[in-house]
Amino acid sequence: MKVEQISIFIENKSGRLAEVCGILGQAGVNIRALSLADTSDFGILRLIVKDSEKALKVLREHNFTVSKTEVIGVEVPDSPGGLSTILQILDRNNVNVEYMYAFVERSGDNAVIIFRFDDVDEAITALSKNGVNILKSEMITSI
Amino acid sequence: MIWNDDFETLPREAIEALQLKRLQQTVERVYATVPFYKKAFGKLGIKPADIKSLDDLRKLPFTLKQDMRDNYPYGLFAVPLEQIVRIHASSGTTGKPTVVGYSRRDIDTWTELMARSFVAAGTHKGDIIHNAYGYGLFTGGLGAHYGAERVGASVIPMSGGNTKKQLMIMQDFGSTVLTCTPSYSLYLAEVAAEEGIDIRKLKLKVGILGAEPWSEKMRQEIEDKLNIKAIDIYGLSEILGPGVGIECIEAQNGLHIWEDHFIPEIIDPETGEVLPDGERGELVITTITKEGIPLIRYRTRDITRLIKEPCICGRTHARIERLSGRSDDMLIIRGVNVFPSQIESVLFNIEGVEPHYQLIVEREGTLDTLEVQVEVNEQTFSDEIKILQGLSNKIRKDIKDLLGVTCKVRLVEPKSITRSEGKAKRVIDNRQKNS
Ligand SMILES: [Zn+2]
Repeated sequence: MKVEQISIFIENKSGRLAEVCGILGQAGVNIRALSLADTSDFGILRLIVKDSEKALKVLREHNFTVSKTEVIGVEVPDSPGGLSTILQILDRNNVNVEYMYAFVERSGDNAVIIFRFDDVDEAITALSKNGVNILKSEMITSI
Repeated sequence: MIWNDDFETLPREAIEALQLKRLQQTVERVYATVPFYKKAFGKLGIKPADIKSLDDLRKLPFTLKQDMRDNYPYGLFAVPLEQIVRIHASSGTTGKPTVVGYSRRDIDTWTELMARSFVAAGTHKGDIIHNAYGYGLFTGGLGAHYGAERVGASVIPMSGGNTKKQLMIMQDFGSTVLTCTPSYSLYLAEVAAEEGIDIRKLKLKVGILGAEPWSEKMRQEIEDKLNIKAIDIYGLSEILGPGVGIECIEAQNGLHIWEDHFIPEIIDPETGEVLPDGERGELVITTITKEGIPLIRYRTRDITRLIKEPCICGRTHARIERLSGRSDDMLIIRGVNVFPSQIESVLFNIEGVEPHYQLIVEREGTLDTLEVQVEVNEQTFSDEIKILQGLSNKIRKDIKDLLGVTCKVRLVEPKSITRSEGKAKRVIDNRQKNS
């Protein structure tokens, strides 16, 4: 159920994001989801790609600092209050969300949200118990 | 092991007696042959005969690097050019370089002191010395070369640069001793890792590293990454070149200054007053055997203190503590003295941070600003902004705690700070340029 996400340290200077995408594109790595968190000096680019090992390798070859993290993709009903229900479940179970971002593509009628937790196993237990659909890794990378 | 037992273990009184005799001879000689000194002595109303004890040394005028520039190229030479067999010059980042000339006896002294230094560092006949100090006008390459030959070791005259080839030679020739700048030794380790060479498994056992100040933490990193003993060597071309002083491998605690050839003093860099024994200040050196270009009370700009307590290695020559910086490198930021080496020690004490940093100093209006750029590596990187911000806050706080200076910390991508193959460029001071 866990999905591998790769994170890349980038300085806030113009063209840097395009460069990362270009490097991955040239290596034939498909970007499935992308989110950029930034401060005035630097940013962290988080990506979900089909072949994370390959992505890590080419980025390291280009002297980027990279890391791997486990996240999960959760199906969220595309209706008012859909996300709120899920956040309430997490809150009730004391699961801490580090950050989240929306997946561009949809899964059927539902939206997909990527979550990064302090404790991913605890989060999976809490969500499954409450009937929330967590997408399988293969499904995420092949949406 | 000691190279020259007779001189290296002379009792204190004998060293001092020898120093006085040689100082008096030097003073006589420069007074008679170097117009610059005759004039400088005259200004202070001093005659060579006034030097009756070692304490009288403090009556003599200082020699500054600027004096060497003003007398460029040969003005301070104390012998006619036909007695000079070698000329070196120090890199002149601003204007003309400083020029030094060596008589045949000077070359011999230098070779002897480098031989003592190699042996103090645990090197002997049978070692293969990989000499990656630059050969040329810079004194490092040839100085180390001659000394290594005198010891009877096999010298590989690599000079600087061409790092991949250096690694190939190091592997194939079985180098046991590495001589280069400390930052270049780390660069070698970095390139080795990139090339898939396990540098820790090579035959290297000792690195004799100098020509730039480096911290104790950097030493640990070098010893770790290269699996060697890293020995600090001190020298400056104006005085001799490498081999003015060296750490003994037995103690690795302070650098023995060869006191039968040099008299070290520690002064307050602001007032010029000699400081009491053991206090930290600027190192001043008088050469007492040099013929080509003897220097009286040369201001090294290096900050250290003198250790006169006996050393476990048996050598009786005084030691200087490892340099805490150069008074030239000293940055004055909003009235606070800051040495790059202090910032480096802060970084080293933070788990995972590597010493790849650069200091950028600017002046905004009348206010100095210091930006510390630190490379993010895979150990310090996190996918969470708050953890990276925590890292830069910690660096900022530790610098503030240690130095009392507020700075801005900027995390930068790896390898964005230029790696040097020679001396590390740690400071970019844009203040003069803009004002
Ligand atoms: Zn010693």
